[in-house]
Amino acid sequence: MIKARNISKSYNGVTALDSISFDINRAELFGFIGPDGAGKTSLFRIITTLLIPDSGDMQVMEYDTVKDYRELRKRIGYMPGRFSLYADLTVEENLNFYATIFGTTVKENYHLIRDIYSHIEPFKKRQAGKLSGGMKQKLALSCALIHAPKLIVLDEPTTGVDAVSRTEFWEMLKKLQKEDITIVVSTPYMDEADRCDRIALLQSGKIMKTDTPGAITKSFDRNLFAVTAKNRFNLIQKLKEYSEIDTVYPFGDSIHITFKSVDRESELVKHLSDSGISDACITEIIPGIEDTFLNLMKPAGL
Amino acid sequence: MKIFIGFVKKEFLHIFRDVRTLIILFGIPASQIFIFGYAVSTDIQNAGIAVLDLSNDEITTEITSRIESSDFFVLKERLQSEKEIDEAFKKGVIRQVIIFENGFGERLQKEGVADLLIIADGSEPNVANLVTGYTKSIISTWVSENSNIQNSGIMSIEPEVKMYYNPNLESQFMFVPGTITIILVLVCALMTSITITREKENGTMEVLLVSPLRPIHIILGKVAPYLLLSLLVMLVILFLSWIVFHLPVQGSMVLLLLETILYIVLALSLGIMISTLSKTTQQAMFISLLGLMMPTILLSGFIFPIEYMPEVYNYLSMIIPPRWFIVILKNILIKGTGLAFIWKETLILFGMTIFLIAFSVKNFKVRQQ
Repeated sequence: MIKARNISKSYNGVTALDSISFDINRAELFGFIGPDGAGKTSLFRIITTLLIPDSGDMQVMEYDTVKDYRELRKRIGYMPGRFSLYADLTVEENLNFYATIFGTTVKENYHLIRDIYSHIEPFKKRQAGKLSGGMKQKLALSCALIHAPKLIVLDEPTTGVDAVSRTEFWEMLKKLQKEDITIVVSTPYMDEADRCDRIALLQSGKIMKTDTPGAITKSFDRNLFAVTAKNRFNLIQKLKEYSEIDTVYPFGDSIHITFKSVDRESELVKHLSDSGISDACITEIIPGIEDTFLNLMKPAGL
Repeated sequence: MKIFIGFVKKEFLHIFRDVRTLIILFGIPASQIFIFGYAVSTDIQNAGIAVLDLSNDEITTEITSRIESSDFFVLKERLQSEKEIDEAFKKGVIRQVIIFENGFGERLQKEGVADLLIIADGSEPNVANLVTGYTKSIISTWVSENSNIQNSGIMSIEPEVKMYYNPNLESQFMFVPGTITIILVLVCALMTSITITREKENGTMEVLLVSPLRPIHIILGKVAPYLLLSLLVMLVILFLSWIVFHLPVQGSMVLLLLETILYIVLALSLGIMISTLSKTTQQAMFISLLGLMMPTILLSGFIFPIEYMPEVYNYLSMIIPPRWFIVILKNILIKGTGLAFIWKETLILFGMTIFLIAFSVKNFKVRQQ
């Protein structure tokens, strides 16, 4: 569906994308995972023909994103990162407008959006600016889908949306996939990575890894431990001091650590109690996407 | 075409849903007309006058006292010679001087004709027009009442009116063409530049670009609603000035509308050009107000006559479309002249329009920077 080769883009000398290559298959749910500023939005703008890359080429559905942008624009659904519908138009008017400019009608493709739109249909006379965050996303997705595109590109669709709506949103994407729609999505939330068929970890304009979420976490080649204690701040300090420890990352309640060569759990507990942390608790855990990401990021970041 | 209509429909929804837009569209023109309407007083009471009576006979005394006794005028001064006229005006208490020729009464009785000169302060054209008008009507009333003085029964006084300071009463009703010119620039350029930059700011332009819409669709779709509304505004202004000031359209209505459409299209393309140059609505507003409104008010000849401008400003005003449109409007509205007298101005506006449209379409970005 998408074939990208050595795509680079920089703004005023600042590199946003650094020779990126990837392939996305038909009807795949593909995720770009990365922190803010990793280059996700720039990449999506290249896919949607809004930006011309400095070098490299990209084919979307066999069309060149630079030369055949007119053809592509008929076939892509794009949902930018910001809410970009008309706040002063009602839900219904927004949807009708987007249907019209793509030369179709809401009726014609209603089957595609029925599941999504039914949630917001009770509010169809309300102005889009007055909807809640989750409803805005549903409306934006409906608008991006109304012309039955073969590919939809969603830039951080779940940012600023509550947990329940996020879960709902991903379920909708799964359903769309069954309609033979290819979905490219980006998110800064690592926990959403598991919902994609395949993901690419993006960092500073480079793809560090592309694989299924399962394979990516399996690539974590060391043992990972979670350490907890009451005084978290003190604990981080002491862990960083310990010479046998390689990485220390705070993760919610606990702190995830890896050892340099040999796992020295018992020695660490002793070291901590010597330093005045007696309630330290250490357990081995299965690494998640975020751990993998941080691990991959390390050589560049640290 | 269906796509285009959908786009225009959306623009109308934006306009009608935004109270501020509607106020600018219809509130400002109406209020301008009314402000001018009431600022320009149409009633005269106790206006100061002076009389220079070179004849000093029975009849001139009678006419003078008749004028004096009306509620409109108060006799402030009796002048002795023509040299004192200028001085009298400069004191600022009198609006007009009435001069009776030497031997006024005698000539009127013998020949049935006498000359009377009314000099008014032309720097306030509306007042000047009113006072001379009242004076003339008082005199003609007197004449009809006293036709028995002359044996033949035919008698006339021929008042000649002269304006000091502004001999041709240039600025009279000038505010109507001026208002139309300013309002149209404001509505067309400011509004279009704002609506396009607003799309950029809200991120909706991104979505519009990733659609089969062509730049020409987007630009025309933005322009069409404002073209219609601006024409409506124009008609509202004409209607109001007709109602309030009894100012009829002297020239051809068709020509007037065609010229207006040309000017509107020009202003709209200016707006589009501004929007291609600015990134935020604030920037667009700033450029429109500072770059368009101010020159329009100051350099178009609306307030300050172009003839009296320093040469530099005179040349500068030539690149300002309103300067040419005001001439066109003045000709059609007030003088009632046809295309023969304004083809040059029309051609200039036409050239500017072509240039701006070409510039905007070329500059419209189908991608992001």
